Amino acid sequence: MARIDLDLAHSYNKNPKQDSDYALLPLKMTFEEGGAYALLGPSGCGKTTLLNIMSGLVTPSQGTVMFDGRDVTGATPQERNIAQVFQFPVIYDTMTVAENLAFPLRNRKVPEAQIKKRVGEIAEILEMSGQLNQIASNLAADAKQKISLGRGLVRPDVSAVLFDEPLTVIDPHLKWQLRRKLKQIHHELKLTLIYVTHDQVEALTFAQQVVVMTRGRAVQTGTAADLFERPSHTFVGHFIGSPGMNLFLGQAGADGFQIAGRTLPLPSGRQLPAGEIKLGVRPEYVELVSAETNGALPMTITLIQDVGTHVMLSASIANYKLKARLSSDVSGLSVGETVWIKVMNEHTCFYKNEEIIP
Amino acid sequence: MSATIKPVNQKAWFLILPVLICVAFSAIMPLMTVINYSVQDIISPTQKVFVGTEWFASVMRDEELHGALLRQLLFSLSVLVVELPLGILLALAMPAEGWKSSATLVIVSLSLLIPWNVVGTIWQIFGRADIGLMGYGLHALGIDYSYTGNPLHAWLTVLLMDVWHWTPLIGLLGYAGLRSIPDAYYQAASIDGASKAAVFWYVQLPKMRGVLMIGVLLRLMDSFMIYTEPFVLTGGGPGNSTTFLSQFLTQKAVGQFDLGPAAAFSLIYFLIILLMCFILYNWMQRVGTQEKEGAHE
Repeated sequence: MARIDLDLAHSYNKNPKQDSDYALLPLKMTFEEGGAYALLGPSGCGKTTLLNIMSGLVTPSQGTVMFDGRDVTGATPQERNIAQVFQFPVIYDTMTVAENLAFPLRNRKVPEAQIKKRVGEIAEILEMSGQLNQIASNLAADAKQKISLGRGLVRPDVSAVLFDEPLTVIDPHLKWQLRRKLKQIHHELKLTLIYVTHDQVEALTFAQQVVVMTRGRAVQTGTAADLFERPSHTFVGHFIGSPGMNLFLGQAGADGFQIAGRTLPLPSGRQLPAGEIKLGVRPEYVELVSAETNGALPMTITLIQDVGTHVMLSASIANYKLKARLSSDVSGLSVGETVWIKVMNEHTCFYKNEEIIP
Repeated sequence: MSATIKPVNQKAWFLILPVLICVAFSAIMPLMTVINYSVQDIISPTQKVFVGTEWFASVMRDEELHGALLRQLLFSLSVLVVELPLGILLALAMPAEGWKSSATLVIVSLSLLIPWNVVGTIWQIFGRADIGLMGYGLHALGIDYSYTGNPLHAWLTVLLMDVWHWTPLIGLLGYAGLRSIPDAYYQAASIDGASKAAVFWYVQLPKMRGVLMIGVLLRLMDSFMIYTEPFVLTGGGPGNSTTFLSQFLTQKAVGQFDLGPAAAFSLIYFLIILLMCFILYNWMQRVGTQEKEGAHE
């Protein structure tokens, strides 16, 4: 196991001129030994590139990769002793499940007795003990992906195990199981696990630390609670959460935040720099208040969706559209009606140039 | 199971009528002609006698045919043994992308574009001791090479000619198979610490199996039907050392006008090829997938 320090940038172009030429903008990041991390972001944000740089399949165009303080920027995956699991199952067609699992160990000339023991353990964890002698190519996609996972986990001494959206091909109900399995494996085997995904639920349930990425930048690293409560970038705000954060562009003045011809007083003790500022509030923290409440906005209801556990309310004022998640016991609301909504409270965040104002 | 009676619609038969007519004209009727000949003694266009299985019996006992069949089997086997590994090596050596890949593809395909009789002529000249580069070179090295005089030399020359002509086919098929392997397999193998040999055995070869199987079948059938090249190069000689099945057949049918035995032999020939392809295909289907199934408890 190893602590991984990254200080690099990467471009697939030979002569990158502008930011958009970079797959990864300059970033500095540390993955602690034994941690469970997730790289979360939409397709094309650079998360797979970052993963391949860590595993050594891609060499960064500038900067360094350090394992335990040792520079491994030019080292191959084998020299780094990395394990990686890919999006689509990679199995060796002609081998049995057991031979597949043993392959990384056999290549490293581990004694047969030890291989047998370890393969047995991994098969046990993956609940594949009964299938060890089957030919791997005859299995279903999820079983194949379990073999891929197993091959990633079979070496006890790996620096880190990297997962590149490994559950994409798996059925939803099996996804749950495998995700739990991975968490359990992390507890039992104490490996450093880094998990790439575009699914926030996957990232937030799997990882202790989630790195949110967009357009080649890592915009925030934090726990699930950090990302939810204080998104440090508007992208994190609307990417995390379902639906994402409500973001309203307004003016900050001496007496408060001006939006749609109204001034909302700031929470006590809160100061904002003057100028254009975005207000961000999670649908979960939007409050429905009585009419004419100071600091509330009169909004017209455009849609009410009762999803059983809660009610999703869509409302608008001028060009601002808001989503609110209300408890399912609210009643008496109808589309077209005006409700008073409070968006300003201690959970409200403010952003200048998309970055949070502390 | 429900007890309701399925509606019957016999009109659907008309839909397969066009196929039936096509197959009848292209395959069944010509084949019937051959079958027709094989059970009759054609003495003259107006005089024929039904002889039953007599031709089949005599053809099966024909010593010359046994010789031709043995030579043929040995030749086809040698073709596969040499061309398959060589073709795989060729596929592995070809560059994967860029202009080099396109250039290599064109150069490798060149020999496939040359007509059979031209190939025969090329090698006939190439092997001559007076004006051919190979013949001259071998003589200069002190080897008394002669494809017209020495049966072994003739046989080896025909084999070499076939290898030169057709190995690129296996190479191109293998190349197509290699290019269809997703990068993730190489990446995973690299992460699993696989050596180059292991990547070949466990990733590349299994993934090429499908196309290589087609290649083997094509080469087996084609080499079994080889006619033009040895005909041009050696005319089947010296003696009958390079007389393979189809040349034997031609000698019978065209040379001696023994239409009956020739037809009977054609059918046997056809069945032999069919049987060999069937056995080979089933065997190759099993390789790698079924063989370990026995270990499954």
